[in-house]
Amino acid sequence: MSDTAYVQLLDLAAGVFLLAAVLMLWRRELASIIRLFAAQGAALAALVAILGVHQQHPELLGVAAGVLALRAGLLPYLMRRALAASGEARETQPLVNVAASLLTAATLTLLAYAVSRPLVALAPSPATQAIPVGITVVLIGLFVLATRRRALSQVVGLLLVDNGITAVAFLATAGVPLTVELGVSLDVLLAVLVLLVLTARMRIAFGATDLDELRELHD
Amino acid sequence: MNSTGAAGAVLQLVLVAGGAPLLAGLMRQVRARMEGRAGAGVAQPWRDLRKLLRKEPITPRGSGPAFRAAPTVLMATALVPAAVAPFVTTASPLDGAADLIAVVALLALGTVTLALAALDTGTAFGGMGASREMTVLALVEPTILLAVFALSVRVGSTNLAAIVTATLHDPLRVVSPASLLAAVALAVVTIAETGRLPVDNPSTHLELTMIHEAMVLEYSGPDLALIEWASAMRLTVLLGLLANLFAPWGIATGASLTALPLAVGVFAGKVALLGAGLAAAEVFMAKLRLFRVPELLAGSFLLALLAVATSFFLA
Repeated sequence: MSDTAYVQLLDLAAGVFLLAAVLMLWRRELASIIRLFAAQGAALAALVAILGVHQQHPELLGVAAGVLALRAGLLPYLMRRALAASGEARETQPLVNVAASLLTAATLTLLAYAVSRPLVALAPSPATQAIPVGITVVLIGLFVLATRRRALSQVVGLLLVDNGITAVAFLATAGVPLTVELGVSLDVLLAVLVLLVLTARMRIAFGATDLDELRELHD
Repeated sequence: MNSTGAAGAVLQLVLVAGGAPLLAGLMRQVRARMEGRAGAGVAQPWRDLRKLLRKEPITPRGSGPAFRAAPTVLMATALVPAAVAPFVTTASPLDGAADLIAVVALLALGTVTLALAALDTGTAFGGMGASREMTVLALVEPTILLAVFALSVRVGSTNLAAIVTATLHDPLRVVSPASLLAAVALAVVTIAETGRLPVDNPSTHLELTMIHEAMVLEYSGPDLALIEWASAMRLTVLLGLLANLFAPWGIATGASLTALPLAVGVFAGKVALLGAGLAAAEVFMAKLRLFRVPELLAGSFLLALLAVATSFFLA
């Protein structure tokens, strides 16, 4: 792979990765949020695969396949099942309205760029220059966690944070060992499974998964 | 500056002025066919213009100079970008005036003039339309400027011909994230600025929803003809800018006269394709509630900002 093609493809994958996170803030339908999450997982897998091909690191290609299977296949499938069971199609009334959260995302992008400049300056390369994208996705994930009220949106927020961290890990290092990535992936899968069970229990107990209703104590 | 460039500039002015009503007719025809109607034909806007131009000019009682001057100013602000922007040739002698920021400012000046004219009539609809148009404009303007910034930062110039030439020399630039994000952001603001669905419905006179139509309700005869013509030209100019900033292939660059007819054909084809696509997309779209419009425009603002940000950190 030539150098210009590598940079172009890497930038394109990073751009899709960031765009998916931003569009998740924009959309209200939980089904399309899950579709976007799957697209983001695919972009992350593409990013890892491009890095693997460029560094001639066959192990990274295996990791990319794993990332694709988990983040674009299994996790969206699990969330879709939880969505079908819950019967709540939309994120109604987030704490911050959509227009304001889009503008907040703009601020978070600039913040991520500002805080990651010393990191990039350590070893400037096309891969490290994309680190702000990963940090932006982490910040957007935290923002989703803080302002969305449906349990499923919160799960998406958590996974956004994790996607961002994974992206930064691959961009900043010369490849994460397979064991470490496997451990992280299993951790995420387990966390999502637990959260989904919790969501189902909440729905049985309260009839809805609006987290604001959990403030009062019940007998 | 050469004779070919001058010929190209004249040619594109004639092309935009003469083709704009045809573009409006084409878009209506596409929409009519997709809705199962026969449609009035592509040349219908020209027939409407001819009919309106023959009528006697009438101004409402009590309206002042802002009302009378608006059609001329609007037409002028549409004609100047049509003459200077690189639509057919990049070697235009008016190249020095073809600054992206200046072109955007001219188009905004036309909008503001029309809003002032609407206020001048003193009717309820005029005021309402003007207030809504200014709301949309205030949200559109930062997005356009940011998208312009994203496009010009790599070229190092806001000159339109320089941006187009740079894209011609380096086609891979078009698929970079910054360029794609700027393209989407500019497409959204083009739709908002020209008053198409889902921001405004160009074919309705329903008082609850109209924006652009509410401002021109009091116009009749030749004044109305000028405004309709200028609006069609603004749409053509914006679609032409969108086409040539992101897909400039086919434009005449050198001094050879033979490239001009080809460039004219390619430009007309590109704009007709964009217009037909826009009309086809509108069939499947409902108008957005007015209170949801800021959300759409905030989204496009964010895309433009991301375009600028990525052009810096993914450079």
